[in-house]
Amino acid sequence: MLLRLLGAIPTLLLVIVLAFLMVHAAPGGPFDDERVLPTDVAANIQAAYHLDEPLPQQFTRYMAGLLRGDLGPSYRYRDYTVSELIGSGFPISLQLGALAMALALLVGISSGTVAALKQGSMLDRVVMSLAMTGISIPVFVVAPVLVLLLAVKLQWLPAGWSGESGFAKFVLPVITLALPQIAYIARLTRASMIDVLGCDFIRTARSQGLGSKAIIRVHALKPAMLPVLSYMGPAIAAILTGTVVVEEVFGIPGLGQFFVRGALNRDYTLVLGIVIFYAALIISLNLVVDILYGFIDPRVKQR
Amino acid sequence: MKRSGAILLFVLVLAIIGPWLSPHDYLSTNFDDMLRSPGLSGLHLFGTDDLGRDLFVRTMLGIRVTLLVAVVASLVSLVIGVTYGAVAGYVGGRVDAVMMRFVDTLYALPFIFFVILLMVAFERNFLLIFVAIGAINWLDMARIVRGQTLSLREREFVNAARLTGVSTARIIFRHIAPNLLGIVVVYVTLTIPQAILVESFLSFLGLGVQEPQTSLGALVDAGVNQMEGASWMLLIPAAVLALILMSFNFLGDAMRDFFDVRQTP
Repeated sequence: MLLRLLGAIPTLLLVIVLAFLMVHAAPGGPFDDERVLPTDVAANIQAAYHLDEPLPQQFTRYMAGLLRGDLGPSYRYRDYTVSELIGSGFPISLQLGALAMALALLVGISSGTVAALKQGSMLDRVVMSLAMTGISIPVFVVAPVLVLLLAVKLQWLPAGWSGESGFAKFVLPVITLALPQIAYIARLTRASMIDVLGCDFIRTARSQGLGSKAIIRVHALKPAMLPVLSYMGPAIAAILTGTVVVEEVFGIPGLGQFFVRGALNRDYTLVLGIVIFYAALIISLNLVVDILYGFIDPRVKQR
Repeated sequence: MKRSGAILLFVLVLAIIGPWLSPHDYLSTNFDDMLRSPGLSGLHLFGTDDLGRDLFVRTMLGIRVTLLVAVVASLVSLVIGVTYGAVAGYVGGRVDAVMMRFVDTLYALPFIFFVILLMVAFERNFLLIFVAIGAINWLDMARIVRGQTLSLREREFVNAARLTGVSTARIIFRHIAPNLLGIVVVYVTLTIPQAILVESFLSFLGLGVQEPQTSLGALVDAGVNQMEGASWMLLIPAAVLALILMSFNFLGDAMRDFFDVRQTP
């Protein structure tokens, strides 16, 4: 476990170095696209943001700030630091992501289990076709189409975010985010549940007269959940990517929106900071999943 | 499998010959004919957009661009993935361990964000999109190819080649690589929809293909801005994109089952 923890550090370091180099290898500086500045003014700006220093020195400065949780000033949002912007956007994205993940697990696992129990039936085929559709259609297609249908045409739910209160504004963004994950988890659950239900210990349980429900709950569910658990890492990454789209479509002031705005405005420090933040988040959540996996399936520890 | 293949073939042929059948082109604007709904009048089958450009021709162009980017990007990932996986699998030992550990590390990275970073840092151009998408999709390919190479390595014809003094590089590219063809073809079918997804995601955010060129993602993005008054601008490209992605996924899945390739080695 400690080894895994130590293994995550070089990964994170790799991310930081790569991202930093990419931004600084960019042709032209961040302030180039505005009107031409007098040379001394340009030099002053360069000096103010330490862009006149050699690259290694800039990197050391950035790393030193990073260790203190300081990601530098934003180039476009005047008077804000990148850390402040992340602090204001992330809680919203976190809410969305956590709700979507919970929904995806709940619906995905239950529909996958049902499909596995009724393998080959009409219900199974319907669930699996729906799942394939859910996997294929990207979030940025589902989101606007749902808005058009449920918010603009039928007016059941709010289309936007600001000015809305209560739970209603969460419904569409969370469903949109969760759909592809529901589909994926349902497929995974069905496949592994079918595998597990074919095992000897399930046959033994059945021969002892246990009912289907008890077998699923007591014996089959836990081993069948292992593939789903190992999918959690990619799922978290996918949901994070999804929040970028969902926040853009629904006008939610979360981290994803800052990221896209930053990207379009060439706000280098902001984009760099958010990439590093996302990477750190994904790497640590992957670590948590790994450790959980060891607890749930002790066989893994022996490897 | 047949149905998905037929749909894809139809879409491809339509995208190639479609623009020639229409009297309009993809970039001429017409301010007397903006936001016309789909229909036969004025021969705008899919209607027009907010600049009066014909959406049928633009959708066809979008399909072309999207498919082109996806296929080229998949080829990039194929070259990287096959080379990497074959070398790791064939050389084996410590080299293999280090190389695959590196792949595992990369798996944990949020690549899409790196691609966006790349798009921000450099001028947005086609070539960069190809390389960026190709560079993130080679990991799966490398794993699969490595697994397959491990078993190929022990076969007689490889031993024979080695004993007759053929160089390692030549064994990998002339003896191992051709035998990977079946698996590689299956996985390219599954890589293409992923590449389509990344490209249209970037274009949707305004970071990919730039005006007046277009792709399905860019068309969906334009449709979102006009959806209250002109829902066809959203629905048509969205439906086309969904259809293409679903067909590729169904085709890839069916081929994988048919060839019985294990997903994880």
